Amino acid sequence: MPGRRSLFVLMALAFGFAFLYLPILAMIVYSFNASRLVTVWDSANSPTLMWYAELFRNAPVLDSARLSFRIATVNATGAVILGTLAAFALERYRRFRGRALFGLLTTAPMVLPEVITGLSLLLLFVALEQAIGWPGGRGATTITIAHITFSMAYVIVVIQARLATVDRSLEEAAMDLGARPWKVFFVITLPLIMPAIASGWVLAFILSWDDLVITSFVSGPSSTTLPQLVFSKVRLGVSPDINALATILVLIVTACVVAAGVYMVRLEKRRARDAQTAFDAAT
Amino acid sequence: MSTDPAARAATTPSPPAPYVRIERLTKRFGDFVAVRQVSLEIARGEIFCLLGGSGCGKTTLLRMLAGFETPTEGSIYIDGVDVTGVPPYERPVNMMFQSYALFPHMTVEQNVAFGLRQDGTPRAEIETRVEEMLSLVKLDGYAKRKPHQLSGGQRQRVALARALVKRPKLLLLDEPLGALDKKLREHTQFELVGLQERLGVTFVIVTHDQEEAMTLASRIGVMRAGEILQVGSPTDIYEYPNSRFVADFIGSVNLVEGKLVEDEPDHVRIDCPQLGGTVYVDHGVSSPPDAQLSVAIRPEKLQLARERPEQPDNVLAGTVTGIAYLGDATRYLVRLSTGFVLRVTMPNVYRREEQFEQGQPVWVHWHASAAVVVMR
Ligand SMILES: Nc1ncnc2c1ncn2[C@@H]1O[C@H](COP(=O)(O)OP(=O)(O)O)[C@@H](O)[C@H]1O
Ligand SMILES: [Mg+2]
Repeated sequence: MPGRRSLFVLMALAFGFAFLYLPILAMIVYSFNASRLVTVWDSANSPTLMWYAELFRNAPVLDSARLSFRIATVNATGAVILGTLAAFALERYRRFRGRALFGLLTTAPMVLPEVITGLSLLLLFVALEQAIGWPGGRGATTITIAHITFSMAYVIVVIQARLATVDRSLEEAAMDLGARPWKVFFVITLPLIMPAIASGWVLAFILSWDDLVITSFVSGPSSTTLPQLVFSKVRLGVSPDINALATILVLIVTACVVAAGVYMVRLEKRRARDAQTAFDAAT
Repeated sequence: MSTDPAARAATTPSPPAPYVRIERLTKRFGDFVAVRQVSLEIARGEIFCLLGGSGCGKTTLLRMLAGFETPTEGSIYIDGVDVTGVPPYERPVNMMFQSYALFPHMTVEQNVAFGLRQDGTPRAEIETRVEEMLSLVKLDGYAKRKPHQLSGGQRQRVALARALVKRPKLLLLDEPLGALDKKLREHTQFELVGLQERLGVTFVIVTHDQEEAMTLASRIGVMRAGEILQVGSPTDIYEYPNSRFVADFIGSVNLVEGKLVEDEPDHVRIDCPQLGGTVYVDHGVSSPPDAQLSVAIRPEKLQLARERPEQPDNVLAGTVTGIAYLGDATRYLVRLSTGFVLRVTMPNVYRREEQFEQGQPVWVHWHASAAVVVMR
């Protein structure tokens, strides 16, 4: 019976969403709670924006936010540039020596435990500093480099998948018409994989924005990212302003995801519309 | 071999000095030989068709001409210049891809202008040449469209315009009409020939469709398993195939095995057990005596009669066992007393009621020039 089945599907859906989003919802609701005690709802003075207001007066929070944003942006850009090059090499030059190994190595950070990635990067930075005097101490630079190494793996997967769908004969046609290989890349390949590059960028941004484990290994005393700040505050006891801060973090990630989603839907719609025009023109 | 070379030379004008010369070209993929020892000469302004079944190496040969594949052995000369090692972006050759390969993120205009832009042609000249080209392929007014806003036939014409706008010395076309429906294809065939005549560009066309090759080509090269079996005008290939494969591949044919029993310079007689008699052919055959031969006779060269015709040779008795009415012609299957079935095509110049009927005893006969003898 379709009625019963759809009811079952609805319930499964509701349960699934509840499981995923109830904790976050609770956190968001409590961020508007006026009481200083996290678990007590002060119905007299709630909801209130006092914790949000407090956040924006809190210098360490603002500093961390700025740092996290800067690292995430630089990381996303770097990961996309390197990831595109690697994906291109993997997808287009299928016959180079050591291709399988290269492919495995670039995607390994996805499956390696973060603790291991973080630790090995820390060891590398320390060794490098002793050997060539760079990087001088740990901070924003080392965090960014560390983030690039692991988020690049995800970017490669996204871009390589897209690259595989780009018809090789398009690149050949461009070459046939007189474009040299590097020109073919910039004028033909790059525009065609732009959607993947955009989603790769957003993905890398979020990965960096969220990361705590690897960051803790390679950050220095003067560089505390937002997740680190939240974590250290929670260890001293949960205070309501954390809820507000976490809510903002979640909002930013959501905004990224929604923006990427809308962009994709719009691309898809435009394709469909253009295809319709073509159909009308043909008939 | 099978035919009189002097007679053939008279029907084909001797070609001018070769414009494209392919010398013993071989391409291996690992152990697999995709193209084997192909040598060809193509004249300026010719439409040369490479014809063969799927997987016989046509595209690979074309891609070597374009520069996308490096030959394992052999060389390619265009207009006297060795281009074997020249990369695609420096060859005076353009290609029209089977999938058209139009750049989806560019308009029709930008697609066509792409090649000229790579050469640093001045803006004003690009504009006029693109406009000229678009009107030549009857696409004026479509300049600002994107490829996916066009129909299949329009896309095909954009691809053609894009490949022709640089005025290449040689245009390569890989199954140029393969993606079009039958009606459009026939129409486009004639347009393509007209365009080629107007521009004088040398065409090399790859196709698996023999009808298309016959319509388009000035000469055809028939390929099988990486090799070129025969090169000649459509008439040559159809009337004087040099092997069983070519005879069978081009059009429909009755092939029977036989042995030389009478070998004179002006005629031969071949004993064909499958037919239960001998075939008289009015031209000489240069083959060793006792060689195993095949006799190829086109269905439209066989004729049916109710009464035994008055000719001493090339007459067989049989029974009609199948009839296919095709409109302009009717195809009959005639079973001989040996059990062998001949295909006979008769043009429908008679009224319907005068045709032959299922199960009717008939006489099959043909002219002494109708049969072609090929090596087994
Ligand atoms: N890059 C390649 N690597 C390996 N084999 C190939 C490659 N390109 C073509 N081939 C093989 O060569 C043969 C001829 O291919 P192709 O020239 O495309 O045939 P056609 O165009 O006549 O259908 C096919 O069997 C095909 O599998
Ligand atoms: Mg092919």
